[in-house]
Amino acid sequence: MKLRIQNGRLIDPSQGIDTVTDLFIDNQKIVAIGHAPEGFDEAEILDASGLWVLPGLVDLAVSLREPGQTQKGSIATEGRAAVAGGVTTLICPPDTRPIVDTPAVAALIQDKADDAGMANVFPLGALTQGLEGAQLSNMVALTDAGCVALSNHRYPIASTKVLARALEYAATHDLLVVFHPDESSLSEGGCAHEGLVSTMHGLAGIPEEAETIALMRDLLLVEKTGVRAHFARLSCAKSVEMIANAKASGLDVTADVAVHNLLLNDQVLSRFDGQYHVLPPLRSDEDRLTLIEGIKAGVISAICSDHQPHEKMAKIAPFAATEPGMANVEILLPLAMQLMDEGDLDFSTVLTCLTSGPAGCFGLEAGSLSVGSFADFILFDSTARWVWSYETRKTKGHNSPYLEEEFVGRVMATYISGQRVYQVV
Amino acid sequence: MMRSEPRAVQLNEHGQLKHFLTLDGLDKTLLTEILDRAESFLSMGEQSVKKVPLLRGKTVVNLFFENSTRTRTTFELAAKRLSADVINLNIETSATSKGESLLDTLKNLEAMQSDMFIVRHSDSGSAHFIAEHCTPNIAIINAGDGRHAHPTQAMLDMLTIRRHKGGFEGLKVAIVGDILHSRVARSQLQALTTLGVSEVRLVGPKTLVPSFFAEMGATICHDLEAGLKDVDVIVMLRLQKERMKGALLPSESEFYRLYGLTVETLAWAKPDAIVMHPGPINRGVEISSEVADGKQSVILDQVTNGIAVRMAVMSMAMSGQLQSADSSAAGEEK
Repeated sequence: MKLRIQNGRLIDPSQGIDTVTDLFIDNQKIVAIGHAPEGFDEAEILDASGLWVLPGLVDLAVSLREPGQTQKGSIATEGRAAVAGGVTTLICPPDTRPIVDTPAVAALIQDKADDAGMANVFPLGALTQGLEGAQLSNMVALTDAGCVALSNHRYPIASTKVLARALEYAATHDLLVVFHPDESSLSEGGCAHEGLVSTMHGLAGIPEEAETIALMRDLLLVEKTGVRAHFARLSCAKSVEMIANAKASGLDVTADVAVHNLLLNDQVLSRFDGQYHVLPPLRSDEDRLTLIEGIKAGVISAICSDHQPHEKMAKIAPFAATEPGMANVEILLPLAMQLMDEGDLDFSTVLTCLTSGPAGCFGLEAGSLSVGSFADFILFDSTARWVWSYETRKTKGHNSPYLEEEFVGRVMATYISGQRVYQVV
Repeated sequence: MMRSEPRAVQLNEHGQLKHFLTLDGLDKTLLTEILDRAESFLSMGEQSVKKVPLLRGKTVVNLFFENSTRTRTTFELAAKRLSADVINLNIETSATSKGESLLDTLKNLEAMQSDMFIVRHSDSGSAHFIAEHCTPNIAIINAGDGRHAHPTQAMLDMLTIRRHKGGFEGLKVAIVGDILHSRVARSQLQALTTLGVSEVRLVGPKTLVPSFFAEMGATICHDLEAGLKDVDVIVMLRLQKERMKGALLPSESEFYRLYGLTVETLAWAKPDAIVMHPGPINRGVEISSEVADGKQSVILDQVTNGIAVRMAVMSMAMSGQLQSADSSAAGEEK
């Protein structure tokens, strides 16, 4: 079926395009920009006047909670939330129950995602069996079953020998490994950035060294083994410097950051509001600003939602007893655009970090509207004012400090392979 | 729901206490009012009839998720002297039990139409959590939440200091020991700073005295002699045995050797310095028996003052609740 998206402002940083033009889609793919190819006289026309036409977003961290924790979310509900947020491609972590350490679980997730017909879902496979940090997982089988990379998530690998061997093995087969740098003996029991705010409020701190010591170890092992590496959810200023140095020395590594670590600092914890309990924790304003600098400098190439839906009761408790995480995939784009309001980042940079940036980290063919790509795109109303309400939210999660807040800019429709999967009614 | 800061939650629209969660954000006038009111209750304690009817007909629930005999008993006595009916609940919490049970417990107690909860819980911020999740007309008094705050303990310490020293101006105060885990030290630091002492020193090894306390207005000392030099008030904190297991200290004996308060080390302070301890004391771990029982020790005065301070805070919070209810009822009529 042929489709002509007419008169929208097409913005695609991967091609350096920002102009009002037409987009032509045929047989799931983008076939032309600007001038109609032959045979498009009869095409369906969609008037996008006044709207922005953007590549579908690529989110490197969306917990779907299925299998195993469907009281928090499911592939269907979180998939719907993702496309409502304009996310057309997502990576889900291996910490499901059972864990993604067998091809069967990886296949189950992808089959259910296909049935749901929502975003393109790519699972991460466990780096070690059961994420227990002892025995290597069947990495090649997992990759063959559709896992795009391997990760031990935030679960510790206490033995450096095990980690080194896992990386050597992954390197043997040219597999990508995703690191969540965390020295668990330092972060254990902590719930907040170790600093003045946590000290004043008596919240057990997580020092920045929990991240940087692990990051240093990981970087040394990446250098030694030559494994392809991506560093996920950086939170400290020093980590940005360390990744920058690693890149400068020729190491081929990439990094991402959760959007809330760019927008919030530990000052918000003075209310003891469990909605702000996240891991890695919200850190100091200096850390936050350095992460933003890291994006400007290209050290960090992806911004993710780090979507972690929870049932209501998971957050109704004293701060330390709440479960960590926010469920923000639905508002990822307007949230990330708040980084522009402060004059920190331009839209092109923000959009790159939500599209071609993350796609590049994982080598995914996504996040671009170039001719020949699958037609994953969104129609965005940059001036729409709307309230993300509890009643109309798509995620099953109850946990976001942004619920019932007003946003400027709204995803009006989402298309995957040329098919509309979401539209504001 | 966006939560508010504890300091905002605990005051009604007239700026009066309706809960007592933390000393953070309370001004000198309010702290002085608590002390003045406590003084008036103190003299009452010496009379043969020790009751006043300020909380008559009110139900006070002592809700202790963490064990404590002394604090619970003084709260109970304070409530009874205010003529309230008192229920004691000791709820053991296991490490795995989460907010569900806490919230359910609260809802059940609410349904019994209580008027005031005295809460102790091992999580920082729990008193604030309870104040935000209970029906608004129940006064919440924080009897210690995690490492965060123990405001009635700090105020009874302030009363003890004022009664012995006449005031706060110009005083130098040393707090010695496990500051990191101490809700008492945090609340004391806030009270002392607000009441205008000239210096608060926090004394202990780096493992127990994080540097961030300097940003809260304290002077940090790692050496006991420097810490005690010329001070008017010494507060010794209890050292928990778990701290040795957590690799924060080598041993009790080494701690005592470096930071223990003995007749010899007490001599570094002013000759008329008073010695306080929130209790229960570990003799021979943080303080020697000679000092604990000596004439500079005011540890037992603290206990007596504790009842008066708790009476003051409970009566103020209850009246703040009623004033708040009155004005909201009046607002509805308009």
